[in-house]
Amino acid sequence: MGLLSPSRTRWRESDDSSMLVSGAPDGPIADRWDEHKFRMRLVNPANRRRYRVIVVGAGLAGGAAAASLGELGYNVDVFCYQDSPRRAHSIAAQGGINAAKNYRNDGDSVYRLFYDTVKGGDFRARESNVYRLAQVSVDIIDQCVAQGVPFAREYGGLLDNRSFGGAQVSRTFYARGQTGQQLLLGAYQALQRQVQAGTVTVHPRHDMVELVTIDGAAKGIVTRDMIDGTIERWSADVVILATGGYGNVFYLSTNAKGSNTTAIWRAHKKGAFFANPCFTQIHPTCIPVSGEHQSKLTLMSESLRNDGRIWVPKQAGDARAPDQIPEAERDYFLERKYPSFGNLVPRDVASRNAKEVCDQGRGVGPTGLGVYLDFSDAIQRLGADRIKERYGNLFDMYERITAEDPYTVPMRIFPAIHYTMGGLWVDYDLQSTIPGLFVAGEANFSDHGANRLGASALMQGLADGYFVLPSTIGSYLATQPMGKTPAPDGAAFSDAEKAVRDRVDTLLAIDGSRTVDSFHRELGLLLWDRCGMARNEAGLDEALERLPRLREEFWRDVKVPGSGAMLNQGLEKAQRVADFLELGELMCLDALHRRESCGGHFREESQTPDGEAQRDDERFTYVGAWEHGAGPSEPVLHKEPLAFDYVHPTQRSYT
Amino acid sequence: MSGADGQVRAAMRLTLKVWRQADRKTPGRMVTYEAPNVSPDMSFLEMLDVVNEDLILGGDDPIAFDHDCREGICGSCDLMVNGYAHGPRRGTTVCQLHMREFADGDTIFIEPWRAGSFPVIKDLVVDRGALDRIVAAGGFISVPTGSPPDGNAIPVPKDDVDRAMDAAACIGCGACVAACPNASASLFTGSKLTHLASLPQGQPERDRRTMAMVAQMDAEGFGSCTNIGECSAACPKEIPMDVIAQMNADVRRASRRAR
Ligand SMILES: Cc1cc2nc3c(=O)[nH]c(=O)nc-3n(C[C@H](O)[C@H](O)[C@H](O)COP(=O)(O)OP(=O)(O)OC[C@H]3O[C@@H](n4cnc5c(N)ncnc54)[C@H](O)[C@@H]3O)c2cc1C
Ligand code: FES
Repeated sequence: MGLLSPSRTRWRESDDSSMLVSGAPDGPIADRWDEHKFRMRLVNPANRRRYRVIVVGAGLAGGAAAASLGELGYNVDVFCYQDSPRRAHSIAAQGGINAAKNYRNDGDSVYRLFYDTVKGGDFRARESNVYRLAQVSVDIIDQCVAQGVPFAREYGGLLDNRSFGGAQVSRTFYARGQTGQQLLLGAYQALQRQVQAGTVTVHPRHDMVELVTIDGAAKGIVTRDMIDGTIERWSADVVILATGGYGNVFYLSTNAKGSNTTAIWRAHKKGAFFANPCFTQIHPTCIPVSGEHQSKLTLMSESLRNDGRIWVPKQAGDARAPDQIPEAERDYFLERKYPSFGNLVPRDVASRNAKEVCDQGRGVGPTGLGVYLDFSDAIQRLGADRIKERYGNLFDMYERITAEDPYTVPMRIFPAIHYTMGGLWVDYDLQSTIPGLFVAGEANFSDHGANRLGASALMQGLADGYFVLPSTIGSYLATQPMGKTPAPDGAAFSDAEKAVRDRVDTLLAIDGSRTVDSFHRELGLLLWDRCGMARNEAGLDEALERLPRLREEFWRDVKVPGSGAMLNQGLEKAQRVADFLELGELMCLDALHRRESCGGHFREESQTPDGEAQRDDERFTYVGAWEHGAGPSEPVLHKEPLAFDYVHPTQRSYT
Repeated sequence: MSGADGQVRAAMRLTLKVWRQADRKTPGRMVTYEAPNVSPDMSFLEMLDVVNEDLILGGDDPIAFDHDCREGICGSCDLMVNGYAHGPRRGTTVCQLHMREFADGDTIFIEPWRAGSFPVIKDLVVDRGALDRIVAAGGFISVPTGSPPDGNAIPVPKDDVDRAMDAAACIGCGACVAACPNASASLFTGSKLTHLASLPQGQPERDRRTMAMVAQMDAEGFGSCTNIGECSAACPKEIPMDVIAQMNADVRRASRRAR
């Protein structure tokens, strides 16, 4: 391992590339998944019940995986932190799910969805994985329809589609504005069916707080029962993490309040590499912050940009009400800068430009952190009824939250953290660098590269859960001794449990003067400023100076009342924030090391003369996968080189 | 604080009467808290967050309540506010309720869902596991992964799918049970049955599903429906009472065909 010091000795770089073997097969891309499946080992149906599988997470990825593995006959334990698997945050997805069905006859195909996803990810994803994703997308729709997911239909009774997020084809399937809800309920119902059949046991209100490895392989977890605080050990032959994204590291995001990084961060500290942590996605159309008390941000569907026009006053500090600002004194900045795409530029471009005008003091609303999304032209052109038909529920939601009527007053929107492309590194089988630890859904890094296309996360979660893991888990288990699940009483388990108890006791004993939320807010603001929509070396350096101090202050001065042996929501939060504080540092490090702009990662030092993102393929066509270092501040960077045999890298351009 | 209309919205002083209960076994009681500085722009849960921050700094145990998405879709949040499930605003979960619905000086009563089948775990947190068990009894279509026909193989009339979607909008929060004087889970169960019975895919198991889910609902100790309608009025997704009529019709259908 070479000891290089690129900017400072904040990290080491590994020159041993044998650690990251993707295992992606060769051969024509269209045949790879079939070939791979054919070469996999199988477990005899009669023997499957003799293997124990742990699935942490019951969202689209975990729920689908657990149900499918249960159907195959494995013995499955599922854990989630909510009181029911039906409440996973997949439920909140509104827009839709992509699939290459080409039902519209508009030129779509598996290859085109593959192509769009690789390009949309700004050439930082693995081609083999993305192709497989596009391939199984069609099976997902069939599966969900058969489960009774009420996708929108046309009068002829066939499935309806729409175009989403600027795609040139209509490949998005949807169920009103509640696609995620309906897909999740489909997976949840399949899961409950297995509960009834006795193959799956669900453990709701169980927080996974530690991973257990024996001889380097994942063999179990430690959980905290959120009702009475009992710390429990669970053993298995294989562990799947499907615990969602880590966007809540920013405190304010469109994630659920409980969304966390704890499961994957604990696994990272036990040896799983963390890939591309700085690749986070910011969504341009969220309802702005209304004050200090703000606890989360609400997404407004991207489709609003089809008819709304985005503007701010030309003059900084213009405090007039919007209807008092004459046309000539308004700046429709996206239409001005990107005449051909206008208000429909990609998410990152729209977000960055909104930030820029607010930085110039031209932001609107009480906090100055907002831009107008104005429907008055559309209402004039199409009539209020048509607009109501298209966006009625969104307008109602906006009105409920802000008490302003978007039919008469322009909406105010602002970008918010929405999705994390980074996550635990996995190979083609979705296995992490810890043997026997598989990672699915938003929790892994695969498929979306540096930027995710709209309606593709639901697709990926279900692809992983219904179609990839059921094959690859079997192939792994076939290498494990049958009926030999370790009892959860060895040293590895007691050490892991002890670590959990110590952490809980320490947190409760500090009895300092600041609440967990106050630390979380401070962390979030720092990351938003320094590792948010635009990043630069000085800012990241500063964040990397401040974060260890903040973490130190947390462990010295946080106040967590109550005891460990009770329902203690403050303690749950404290454990999560402790992990976010460490993850935040790795994100900044990753952002610092990647001196290029790509996808959602905009490095100010790397832009074109007209201010657009500039990739550096020469130096950065790789996945950056971080190994946890001995101390928290010296991780080791491993690189998985990426090859583009089918889709040739081009620079994005929207001007 | 001011809105886009330039109007200043003053902070409010509220008194809260909150149900506190240490655990399942310990009896609970109402405790009074002052919330002196509530912004009308806060959501109801953000108001509780602020109260909790003060409790924590004072070394007290914060008020426990369930919540997650805070955008009205996960069904976690579940508070009785002044005697109404999810509070006074129609079609709105308590996480989406904003403090501008209240006036300066108001006293607000906050209690957990009240129903024998939803035992209190702590403070405002209850156990709604019974709802999961009703679904496990039969609230699904049996299609193992990998076996389905093409998504467009069976056309479904748009009206049918719209009806299915109306019923499938249920978020499983349990407000219907909490609002019902009989603590009946008929709106919840009827929603799932109507969703699946409206679709061709749901037909093969329709009778079995109906009988199994209704039997589980009874076994969990939920009361019977006497057509009062509080459930639908409290439902944040405004699911209509028809789903209960559908359930009853399907029970009759299934019993007839079983003969
Ligand atoms: C508001 C919003 C709208 C979106 N809209 C779209 C859209 O239109 N189209 C699209 O494709 N994508 C959309 N996305 C993205 C997409 O919804 C998510 O990426 C995807 O649903 C994640 O699924 P998942 O299964 O990986 O995780 P989740 O659904 O988040 O599930 C995580 C699971 O892990 C459990 N868990 C987490 N931590 C722990 C722990 N420590 N211990 C035990 N259990 C734990 C949770 O209880 C939960 O069951 C949207 C996202 C948001 C936030
Ligand atoms: S917190 Fe999810 S519905 Fe209220």
